[in-house]
Amino acid sequence: MFSNILIYFVVIPVVMLLGLFLCRNIKQIRAVAVTGSVVLTALSVWLLVDYLALRAAGATDPMLWVDSWQWFAPLNINLAVGVDGISIAMLILTGVILITGSFASWEIPQPKEFFLWLILLSTGVYGFFISIDLFTMFMFYEVALIPMYLLIGVWGSGNKNYSAMKLTLMLMGGSAFLMLGLIGIYYHSAPAGQPLTWNILEIAQNDAISHGWQTFLFPMTFVGFGVLGAMFPFHTWSPDGHASAPTAVSMLHAGVLMKLGGYGCFRVAIYLMPHAANELAWIFLILTGISVVYGAFSACVQNDLKYINAYSSVSHCGLVLFAILMLNTTAMTGAIMQMLSHGLMTALFFALIGMIYGRTHTRDIREMGGMMQILPYLSVCYVIAGMASLGLPGLSGFVAEMTIFVGSFEHSDLFHRVFVIVACSSIVTTAVYILRVVGKLLYGPVYDQHHMTLTDAKWWERVATAGLIVCVAGIGFFPNFFVDLIKFTFSPEIFTVIGLN
Amino acid sequence: MDYSQFLALKQEIGLLIVFLLVFLYDTFCSPRSAKAVPMIATVLMGVLVAWGFCPVVKAPETAFAGMYVTSPVMVAIKNILNVGVFIVLIQSVKWANSEFTAVRRGEFYELILLTLLGMYLMISSRHFLMFIIGLETASLPLCALVAFDKHRYESHEAAIKYVLTAVFSSAILLMGLSFVYGLAGTLYYNGIAGALAGRMGVMLSVALAFVMAGFGFKLSLVPFHLWTADVYQGAPTSVTSYLSVISKGSAAFAFLVVLTQVFGQFYAQAWEWMLYALIILTITVGNLFAIRQTNMKRFLAFSSISQAGYIMLAIIGDNDMGVSALMFYTLVYVFSNLAAFGVIGAIENATGKVDMTDYNGLYKTNPRLSFTMMLAMFSLAGIPPFAGFFSKFFVFTAALNGTASAALYVLVLIALINTIISLYYYLLVVKAMFINESDSPIATFRSACSERLGMWICVAGIIGLGIVSYFYDYLLTVVA
Repeated sequence: MFSNILIYFVVIPVVMLLGLFLCRNIKQIRAVAVTGSVVLTALSVWLLVDYLALRAAGATDPMLWVDSWQWFAPLNINLAVGVDGISIAMLILTGVILITGSFASWEIPQPKEFFLWLILLSTGVYGFFISIDLFTMFMFYEVALIPMYLLIGVWGSGNKNYSAMKLTLMLMGGSAFLMLGLIGIYYHSAPAGQPLTWNILEIAQNDAISHGWQTFLFPMTFVGFGVLGAMFPFHTWSPDGHASAPTAVSMLHAGVLMKLGGYGCFRVAIYLMPHAANELAWIFLILTGISVVYGAFSACVQNDLKYINAYSSVSHCGLVLFAILMLNTTAMTGAIMQMLSHGLMTALFFALIGMIYGRTHTRDIREMGGMMQILPYLSVCYVIAGMASLGLPGLSGFVAEMTIFVGSFEHSDLFHRVFVIVACSSIVTTAVYILRVVGKLLYGPVYDQHHMTLTDAKWWERVATAGLIVCVAGIGFFPNFFVDLIKFTFSPEIFTVIGLN
Repeated sequence: MDYSQFLALKQEIGLLIVFLLVFLYDTFCSPRSAKAVPMIATVLMGVLVAWGFCPVVKAPETAFAGMYVTSPVMVAIKNILNVGVFIVLIQSVKWANSEFTAVRRGEFYELILLTLLGMYLMISSRHFLMFIIGLETASLPLCALVAFDKHRYESHEAAIKYVLTAVFSSAILLMGLSFVYGLAGTLYYNGIAGALAGRMGVMLSVALAFVMAGFGFKLSLVPFHLWTADVYQGAPTSVTSYLSVISKGSAAFAFLVVLTQVFGQFYAQAWEWMLYALIILTITVGNLFAIRQTNMKRFLAFSSISQAGYIMLAIIGDNDMGVSALMFYTLVYVFSNLAAFGVIGAIENATGKVDMTDYNGLYKTNPRLSFTMMLAMFSLAGIPPFAGFFSKFFVFTAALNGTASAALYVLVLIALINTIISLYYYLLVVKAMFINESDSPIATFRSACSERLGMWICVAGIIGLGIVSYFYDYLLTVVA
């Protein structure tokens, strides 16, 4: 079992949890958190290099490092692992955000409990991305959701009790639909007479789910994951939840957890039920289209920095689902790029907002101004994050959105064209709310003279922000590298095999 | 008479010996050595648990002209009950030795063991006469147990309510059985099934409705649940925990046996829809009422009502997977619920507080108790990686087994949505302990060794039962 490298993505977080139990002071806790997350990131980068080498050498399996260990034999439940380029990209994203999140919560109160829950959450996330068995995937998915309640409830700010409960219940509500969908898939996973299976690869190969069942199970699973992907009208947990959460949790949640939604929509809903995806995509296109536009407009009228960014997340994550539903190579590649780009960018935003809030004790943009004079480092970072968000070439946002819209425009019918144009308009709206914040918050006169005494970023804050900016720029400058990584999964041959148009 | 048939009653005889030893010791020991009664009873129960795993029953064995039957499944469910009783006894040592209970602590153990014997017979009987004897043996001593705190008004009230509902439900059940007897002319389970084959009629529907109502009272299914909250609140905590897990688990299994063995052929014609309605009502009403409770024991009473609904869901599948899912759910429920009651009992023994508001800020003063309670709540709500997640998942999987109809998917969806409602109120407890601030939190205290041992066993079960696939696999092989 331990000869497979992937299992270490779950083993290392569990070891970290045990290590945290033994920690006596905050220095040891920081050491455990940073060391563990660096090791995890290094492992995923090594995986990336190896993956590209294997693909270059001609490996054609849909997933690599595939392995399976029996768990509940009577139900054919296995702990099955395997990754492709998309999973590896997500693993790297998780690692980067975990490192920067650890640095961003350098001086958190009650650090032991905080990191315990945070690492438990990341255990769930890692487990989810490496699983190819629906049961274990779902189990890790729920493991990732529940620590959020305590992380927001105990360490949060503002209306935290309400937000924590709302977020937990809505996400768990999504997973209720998901569970029904997954059990349904299991019972139709194989042709009559053959053993049923939870394994994604086998289900896709069997292609035994009838059209009727697909039209029932596809919405179940898509909505189930879509709730976490902040799909309209199930997005309402996101602004409240992100606004109340502590910095590192907002980063991890918006940066990684919301990607679980998009990833699951692709990996389970579309990959396993392509016929229903072809037929029903239009319904969800409308919903995600609303997410994109509505999120952007809502962000324009908010005054709380975290709310602005949370609504902007709704808009950007909506774009991920929107692109996935286009069901063509270019748009879906763009969707994965957008996942990476949004994950890094929004983590940067939330880190900066946390740092500014830690100094000024307000997140209301009407009560701040002229931060460029007071906190030049943080302000410059904020501008960079903003530019990435509104799609400045050279940063990650441009690459991702460009790919998405080019891919989406390949559909020549009126319905798709109209929706692409409508979704495109969100870019303009994004510019409006980003520039509004930058103008009010960073430039102009200093609003509150007490702010003049504030000090700029400390070293650990610089590490966190600089790391994220390097990644954002890295995707912007070398997009081909990442496109190479994910292109195999979205190769046209595979699309024909699974029956997508 | 062939006396060798008594060998089939290995577990019953073992339990009877334990009961007699405790009884004799309690009666004849000196007042000074009476302090050892709880310890002796607990240790003997531990021996009985071990004894339950020893005799290997490979195939069904019958006794008393087929009135009694034992099989690997029966042994397994009795073992589950044994383990549950063992934990209850461990957790109640401190309470039994406390000032007001000490004089009659022997009775507590004797009555508990006696009710367990009744439940054994209930599960193993294949003849309704035997069944009724078991049922009454299990019910009547429980009334005395509920009234155990005889100086407390609530305990009296609870006992009266329990007596009346127990008698009333038995009467309804007997009424139904007399109809069945009138139709079939026999009281053997297989005899009835044979005699009624293909004779679905109004009379049988009425009889079936009466039988289901009778069981509904025992299992506190909605709309027969009205006694539950008051009784749970009024009874001593040790008795409440016994009532909520052991009594419920045995009744659920007996219900399953009666429905499938006696009325199995009328599943689609008669009781499928009755069961659907009962399940939906039970889960939903139990959940909605639990939201508003502030007393922890009342709260767990309503939570256990809705849990009973999930147990019933496993019956729907009507197959091997369903039976094993039911047993696994009961097993996990025993550990999760007893962990919760263990914490409640420990806090009640130390401070006398049972309100949810008293738990505010508990994590600051008693982190380990809070942690145990949180695990119990998460397991009851079905959060992975704790055992409750697996048991719920298997119940849902079993319910949708094979060629499930669309109605069944709707039923499961309703049950799933209800898990979210239940998550809300379980999280309220977690919130009280971990998030809420309190001016006067429960002071830091060290719970008794016995209480801690009980909680450790429960925590080990909550963590281990799901992740270690052995237990579920074992139950499934036993059933198959």
